[in-house]
Amino acid sequence: MHRCTRRAFMKGSALSLLGVGAGLGGVPRFLVRAAHARDTGPRAKVLIAVFQRGAVDGLSMVVPHGDPEYYAARGGIAIPRPAPDNADSTLDLDGFFGLHPALAPMRPLWDARRLAVVHACGSPDTTRSHFDAQDYMESGTPGVKSTADGWLARGLQSTSRPGASPFRAVAIGPRLPRALRGEAGAVAMNSIADFDVKSDAGPVMPGAVNARRGFESLYEGGVRDLLYGTGRETFEAVKMLRSANASRIAPANGADYPRGQLGGALRQIAQLIKANVGLEVAFADMQGWDTHVGQGAERGQLALRFREFGAALAAFAQDLGGKMADVVVLTMSEFGRTVAENGNRGTDHGHATAMLVLGGGVRGGRVYGRWPGLGRHQLFEGRDLAVTTDFRTLFAEVATRHLGAPAAPLFPGFRATQPSLGLFA
Amino acid sequence: MRRLSLGLTWVLVAGGLAACSSGASVPGIREGAPPRAAAAPPATTPADPAARYRVTLAPSPLTPEQQIVHVLDRLGYGPRPGEVERVRAAGLTAWIERQLEPGRIPDEAVERALAVFPVLPLTAAELHRDYPQPRPQDVQRFQGGQMTREEMREVFPPERRPAVITAQLQAAKLTRAVLSERQLQEVMVDFWLNHFNVYAQKGPVRWMVPDYERQALRPHALGRFRDLVAATAQHPAMLYFLDNWLSTREDFTLPPARGGRKLGLNENYARELMELHTLGVDGGYTQGDVVEVARCFTGWTIDRPQEGGGFLFRPNTHDRGEKRVLGTVIPAGGGQGDGLAVIDLLVRHPSTARFISSKLVRRFVSDEPPPALVERAARTFRAADGDIRAVLVTIFSAPEFLSAAAHHAKVKTPLEVVASAARVLGARLDSPADTATPGRAAVAGGGAVLARQVAALGEPLYEAQPPTGHPDVADAWVSAGALLSRMNFALALAHNRLPGARVDLAPLLERVDRRQPAQVLERLFAVVLRGQVSSDTRRVLIAQLESPEIVRATADDRGPRNTDVEKLTALVLGSPEFQRR
Repeated sequence: MHRCTRRAFMKGSALSLLGVGAGLGGVPRFLVRAAHARDTGPRAKVLIAVFQRGAVDGLSMVVPHGDPEYYAARGGIAIPRPAPDNADSTLDLDGFFGLHPALAPMRPLWDARRLAVVHACGSPDTTRSHFDAQDYMESGTPGVKSTADGWLARGLQSTSRPGASPFRAVAIGPRLPRALRGEAGAVAMNSIADFDVKSDAGPVMPGAVNARRGFESLYEGGVRDLLYGTGRETFEAVKMLRSANASRIAPANGADYPRGQLGGALRQIAQLIKANVGLEVAFADMQGWDTHVGQGAERGQLALRFREFGAALAAFAQDLGGKMADVVVLTMSEFGRTVAENGNRGTDHGHATAMLVLGGGVRGGRVYGRWPGLGRHQLFEGRDLAVTTDFRTLFAEVATRHLGAPAAPLFPGFRATQPSLGLFA
Repeated sequence: MRRLSLGLTWVLVAGGLAACSSGASVPGIREGAPPRAAAAPPATTPADPAARYRVTLAPSPLTPEQQIVHVLDRLGYGPRPGEVERVRAAGLTAWIERQLEPGRIPDEAVERALAVFPVLPLTAAELHRDYPQPRPQDVQRFQGGQMTREEMREVFPPERRPAVITAQLQAAKLTRAVLSERQLQEVMVDFWLNHFNVYAQKGPVRWMVPDYERQALRPHALGRFRDLVAATAQHPAMLYFLDNWLSTREDFTLPPARGGRKLGLNENYARELMELHTLGVDGGYTQGDVVEVARCFTGWTIDRPQEGGGFLFRPNTHDRGEKRVLGTVIPAGGGQGDGLAVIDLLVRHPSTARFISSKLVRRFVSDEPPPALVERAARTFRAADGDIRAVLVTIFSAPEFLSAAAHHAKVKTPLEVVASAARVLGARLDSPADTATPGRAAVAGGGAVLARQVAALGEPLYEAQPPTGHPDVADAWVSAGALLSRMNFALALAHNRLPGARVDLAPLLERVDRRQPAQVLERLFAVVLRGQVSSDTRRVLIAQLESPEIVRATADDRGPRNTDVEKLTALVLGSPEFQRR
């Protein structure tokens, strides 16, 4: 019941330092926060985490076309070898790896050295349960289920400043993902446009204002528990978002977001970044990667998912233009898929997968991580791509180097056994 | 198909107990002996002498009224106007015992209300006939501009489209939650729908779901766990959703006439059967067990899945070899029986008793299930051979169930918040025929409009994509956006802006004078929150009474100083108290 007490204390002490009353009468909290958010200015760093739910087939996303075992193991679902005259073939990156052809919109980002790949990345835990593996990847504690908060929430908490924006952390979706649950506080929203109290005749009528005030006072009482704490943050965020008018900001630079879950989420995240509401961490989901049956190859079910995925990420980079210098997008998935095709032209749950890092100071145009090989003796448990980069090594490098978060609280109990990847200059 | 235990009655359950080596008795089940004398806890009256399942409520720190509201909130979707008084008169224990035997509860009102949803009684084949996919040539012509929208509506009428199936199911589910007298049955059907989740949007699953709920889940919702596992394992909806219909022995090759392609194992169902349906993820199985279980279920497939066919066992795709599951050898040549043997093994495994019990305790008691109660419920599960009602009796009779710690400990799911709001205001649900279809909605009416609210709050019914179903813990449902959506729902319902779900606040106010806002507010506290209002909420809402928009100072057609009852009702429905049960 009192899980938010510490958060209340931290926020309370921060406000008293500023000499601002937390109750009625003083300068509204959101204005103080907004002011601070603007103080930090356009140089504020932003991390976008994109979760590919359902376990993306990393071997189709970033194809090891130079590994002869790949074509031997994969049969009909292998992505054809790079061929310059064939638009449906693997897009070669470095002579060994290549992008799935449906990810063509991301190719210019690779060429401009803004996109990096970390392959054979994953969890040291061997579970092949979607639920557990997602839980571990988001809590940041593989094998430990009792961890109460998420790794991104811990990162935010350790970089918390007085008067931080209620929009420091945002998830697009109806529910807050595990990675952002914790004492730092975060906002989950389906859409910017719907993020308000709506009365009889729309959000601008006096009736709505009145109802909003009523609900706000009901949840203002503090942070006695999850409900109250969330409620209070909600109304601070509502006010700030309304004053920033974020939903009116149109995509720039001719960016064309694809329809669908990820395109919609990234379009709105870009709006929040451009509205300067103090965003530091955003989280977006994309479903539909659990391709047990008929996953297809250069075309088909999985290719359609990649098309949407690649187009959404490319549109986001296009939309933000120069602002991408302060933004990093990190993609992740709970595990990879079996190296061999299963009985239904699909793949079952595997182990390592590939993750992408885009933007900011990332040294792109390179595939990072040691390639373990696809020979039977090289596979994890004789069937799956082995993990050579612990996902925590990657996540910690991004969070510390890009966001400036201290490493220690991010992944409790984690002692890196490999040097850093060197993703950042 | 061998259906071992569909016809088992409680007598056989008791017979099974005698064979139990421990000889443990099952709390709450009458075994022919005269009913035990109950300990006379508060708020109870003599139990129904015809009840087969005896509940003995533990002494509770809650007041008798709190106990009744707590039970109505937990075993159902909250009280309707006058219901607390009716339960008090009938006796709380008797009410619970009746809920355990829904067949004995007349439910004509909901049956009449459901008659407007033609998809409910239909088989998958009938649904394919009545709600077919558009013909490819029509789609092609429409997309190519050779067919107008009107012509398309002619050949593919909106009321015959496949989307209608899910929309009617969703509407029926809300109709049942709001109107049914068999509240515990509806709660348990929802519980099992999430436990044995299938995703209506995957392939032809949509056409299979009405039958899945009607045949595989509903008859066993308060029955025996094994029947649920066996029925779901053989149902086309589950076979398709978790891909088992495609799984074959490793060395199976299609005949040349059908492409000559090599097929093989698909582990999806085997894994989820153990992880999500029975043992739980820490239940003690290995990747090796997943493969062996998948081998056992090879050949369990669907006869023409795209046309609504049923379960089919194909001996030629079945792996005839010996298997070893959780250390138990399943001899070669068992055929279709291999899968049934696995089910028997899994449902009697102690991990399953513990996993199912902990999920039930989480649903009925608290997000963090008290371990001692889980242990007792698991013991009942084992002793009663998976009799779900016996496990529920253990839970309902536990001191933890009516404890102060459990009171208001659960945050309502979207389904619960929408259904309980409609119930507490006595909303009337119009039939689709009496309601204009709003926008592009496939189905109109009170149930449908409420179902769309549930979806907007983050819980699209029958459309949870992950095999885990929709979650049952507060953490998953409390977020900034979700809270705003709940407030917006409260405003829309109280202001009668949900076409088809009609709310009349006048009867709730009874004789309270609308010109006395403080009295109106007190009445709303009594009706909506049953007086369970915190001092903070009371203080805040009393302060709202000073607002000129709550108490209209202007002369409108309702006269001066006329309380805005709708807005006040919305505020009470949107209060933190109403988000809990």
